[in-house]
Amino acid sequence: MNDDKLIIAGIEFLSRLWVGTGKYKDFAETKKAIEMSGTDVVTVSVRRVNIIDKSKENLLDYIDPKKYKILPNTAGCYNAKDAIRTAMLAAEAGITKLVKLEVIGDQKTLYPDNEATLEAAKVLVKEGLIVLPYTSDDPIMARKLVDIGCPAIMPLAAPIGSGLGIRNPYNIRIIMETVKVPIVVDAGVGTASDVALAMELGCDAVLLNTAIAGAKDPIAMAEAMKYGVLAGRLAYKAGRIPKKLYATASSPLEGVIGS
Amino acid sequence: MNTDNCKHMNITLNGEKKEVPGDITVFGLLEFLKIQHQRVAVELNMEIVKKDKYATTAIKDGDSLEVVSFMGGGGFSSE
Repeated sequence: MNDDKLIIAGIEFLSRLWVGTGKYKDFAETKKAIEMSGTDVVTVSVRRVNIIDKSKENLLDYIDPKKYKILPNTAGCYNAKDAIRTAMLAAEAGITKLVKLEVIGDQKTLYPDNEATLEAAKVLVKEGLIVLPYTSDDPIMARKLVDIGCPAIMPLAAPIGSGLGIRNPYNIRIIMETVKVPIVVDAGVGTASDVALAMELGCDAVLLNTAIAGAKDPIAMAEAMKYGVLAGRLAYKAGRIPKKLYATASSPLEGVIGS
Repeated sequence: MNTDNCKHMNITLNGEKKEVPGDITVFGLLEFLKIQHQRVAVELNMEIVKKDKYATTAIKDGDSLEVVSFMGGGGFSSE
């Protein structure tokens, strides 16, 4: 599908499946799952370097930034100030200007704090970062984020790690009609059919972590997700038949014996 | 150790108290800690230190530093 490129802020993404790097057994498993998923985008968190045990391996020893686009996130931030600080540090680390902006509003739901997200996004866009905001599936919020300069929007499918799949496909559709930037469904996906559905709706990409890392066999699930994305995207481009209440025969009616 | 030549000083590093050699720059500290410069970012008293300023930015007694890098994670649930 070479003619089917995803471009955000001038950056070309080869895969429409973006994956997280958390919750795996070890780095070897992370690496294998990422390879199997066929992705070229991995999201990573920004954390304090372990000063005491420097022998600890670094994720980037396994995930080559030359091979994969690194998408740092602000996971764990509960206010705009911390998210801005984290995003600026991520940019200063010198690998990328991309950031997945995430400001969490509540521990139980892990829903985004949209107000704080918008506030942080304004600052980070001005600082020259490429801000991809994690947001609720709210078309108005999506429009506001695009208006202040976000080149893509990342609405949730369902609460992070819930595996519930796309809870409100209608809102996702309205978001796609409201803003003319790529939509990356982020969070809440459970299995390959959820990913396929997102793509069939016309979303541009899907970001997930737990659905692969938490599966009984993460490597196999990574492969399933790869095909889910490919199948869904192809189906979207192919154009599905309309849903109808009654049957339509698929065999010719002419020449039926006994008539 | 006010008039002492200050061979060591105390800083807060990633939230922990730490004794480090006196008269040290950010560059020197990273060397001292054997931390690779390439993939980290440094904050000194809440201000980001640009990589090209590591060698000229001096650390003072009582300073607070954050040294961060990229770790595994997807979204918040990766904690």
